[in-house]
Amino acid sequence: MIVIPIAKNTFKECVRDKVLYNLVIFGVLIIASSLVLSSITIGEVKQIIVNLGLSTLSVFGTLIAIFIGIQLVFKEIDKKTIYSLLAKPVARHEFILGKYFGLTLTLLVNILVMLLGIYISIFYLRHSFQLADLQILLAAMLILIELMLVIAIALFFSTFSTPVFSALFAFCLYVIGHFSSDIRQYGLSSDSFAIKILSGCLYYLLPNFQNFEIISQTAHGQFLATRLYLLSVLYGLVYSAGLVLLAILVFQRRNFK
Amino acid sequence: MSVVVSTENLSKAYKAGFWKTKTISALDRLNLEVRENEIFGYLGPNGAGKSTTLKLLMSLIHPSSGKAEILGKPVADLSIRRHIGYLPENPYFYEYLSAEEFLSYYASLFDFSLAEIRTKVEYFLKLTDISHARKLQLHKFSKGMLQRVGIAQALINDPKIVFLDEPMSGLDPIGRREVRDLILLLKKEGKTVFFSTHILNDVEVLCDKVAVLNRGKLIGSGHLTDLISQEVSHIEIVVSNINFETVSQAVGSSAKISHSGMTLRLELRADTPLAPLVTRIENAAGKVLAINPVRQTMEDYFFKLINRDAIPEGKPSIVSTNNS
Repeated sequence: MIVIPIAKNTFKECVRDKVLYNLVIFGVLIIASSLVLSSITIGEVKQIIVNLGLSTLSVFGTLIAIFIGIQLVFKEIDKKTIYSLLAKPVARHEFILGKYFGLTLTLLVNILVMLLGIYISIFYLRHSFQLADLQILLAAMLILIELMLVIAIALFFSTFSTPVFSALFAFCLYVIGHFSSDIRQYGLSSDSFAIKILSGCLYYLLPNFQNFEIISQTAHGQFLATRLYLLSVLYGLVYSAGLVLLAILVFQRRNFK
Repeated sequence: MSVVVSTENLSKAYKAGFWKTKTISALDRLNLEVRENEIFGYLGPNGAGKSTTLKLLMSLIHPSSGKAEILGKPVADLSIRRHIGYLPENPYFYEYLSAEEFLSYYASLFDFSLAEIRTKVEYFLKLTDISHARKLQLHKFSKGMLQRVGIAQALINDPKIVFLDEPMSGLDPIGRREVRDLILLLKKEGKTVFFSTHILNDVEVLCDKVAVLNRGKLIGSGHLTDLISQEVSHIEIVVSNINFETVSQAVGSSAKISHSGMTLRLELRADTPLAPLVTRIENAAGKVLAINPVRQTMEDYFFKLINRDAIPEGKPSIVSTNNS
C-alpha cells in the first residue's frame, strides 16, 4: 500500500510545519476557562466546557482543513517534489489518497488531543465521568467527518487552482453549505419556477454542512438519534469520496511542466 | 543488446496565450533508441526539449502524439517504475526531512522490508558521501549536497535504467568528477544511463551514443566514435620567448597566429612539415612549449549541427548555453 508512506509523510510535514501548535492555544483556552468556571454550578459548567471545546475543535479543524488542504497538491507541484515522487511506482490516485489521508490523520490526532483536554476539564470540575459524556466523543467524530469533507473540497480545488482561489472557493462552499436549507426554503417560497429549480439543484449539489451541526445538542446533553447520526456520517463519507474521486480524475490529466 | 528505451514520433505541444489558441511545440516527432548498458548522452541548448523528453518518459506529462516505451512497455505502465531511477533537473526535495528520512521515505515506495530499507539507505548515504549529514534537514543542504541526495534517491531501487537530467549542473569540479565516476560505475554494473546535458566535455568522456536536440527536433544522433572524426584536423603549436613579428616571419603565411597570455598560439594545417618550422622558431630564440595535433571534438560536431539548424533571422540559442 503506497498510500500509507505518502500519508505518513504528509502527517510528518504537517507536524514539522507546526500545524499542531494550535493545540497550545486550545490548551490555554480550555485550562483558563476551567479555572474561571470552577466557581459556577456543575450543570452549566459542563455545558460551557463542551460548547467551548467542541466549537474550538471545529473552528481550528476547519481552518487547518482549508489552509493545509489547499496546499496539499499545489505545494508538491510548486516545489517540484512531485517530479521525483511520481517517477517512483506511485500511481496518481495513490498520491491523492495519500495526501488526503495524511491530512485526515493530522486532524484525527488534533481532535483526539483536544478531546482529551475537554474530558480532563470536565473531570477537574466534576470529579467524575458519566455515560452521557460519551456523546462528546460521538460529536467529535461527526466533526471529524465534517472536516474530512472540508479537506476533500480543498483538495479538489488544489488539483487545478492556485491556493488563493482554492481557499476562496473552499471557504465559500463551506459557508454556503451551512445555509443550504435556507436556500431551499427561499426557493420553495419563490414564485419563479427558475429560482425553484436552481435552489433545488443547489440544495442537492452543494455539501450540506447543517448535517454536522451537533455541538449545541451535545452541550445540552442530548443524544442525536442513531439513524440520523449514521446518515450524517454516511453522507459525509460518500460526498468526500465523490470529491476525492473528482480530484483524482482532474489530477490524472495534469501535465507537470 | 536489446532496446531498453524507445520513442516513436513522440511529440508534445502546449496551448499558450489567454484563450489557449496558440500552440507551442516543445518536442517534435522524436525517434530514439537506447540499448542496454549504454551511456546515452542527450544534448541540446537550453529550451531544446531535453527535460520535456525526460518528463514524457517519466509520464509526468502526457504526449500530444506518438509513443514511448521503456523495457518494452508503454511509459504509463506503473510496473516499469520499479526498474528505473530519475534525477530531475535542479532537484527539489522535502525540505523538512533529513537525508536519512528522505531516502527511507522513497525506499518505502518499493516493496522492500524494513531491514532492506535500512541497508539501502545506509549504502547510498555512504556511496554519495552524505553520511555525515544524514540527520540534517534538506533545507540546510548546499546545491551540491542536494544533487548527491538526488542521485541517491534515483538509485535507491537498484534500477536497470537511470535517467539523469543535467546531473552535473551546480556541481563544483570535484562533484562533477564524482558524478562522472558514478556514471561509469553504473555502466560497469550493467545499468543503462540516459543523461541530458549541455556540458559537451562530459559527453565526450562518458557516452557511447549521443543524440542532439534543438528547438524540439532531433538534429543528429549516433555512436560517439562515428560522429567525431579520429583524423587530425589541424596542428596547434604554443611558443614563448618570441614576438609576433618574428614568429610571423619564421612561419610565413601558412599559420594563424594568436596571443594567448604570455605565449603565442599557432594554428597550422594538418599536413604542414613541422621539423623545419620548429628549427626556424628556435633559431629566432623562440621556445616551443607544446605541439598538439587537434582532432574534431564533440563541441565542433555540436556547433556544426546547431549552426546548420539555426534560423537565419534568429539568434542561435547556443550562445547562452555553452557558458553554463
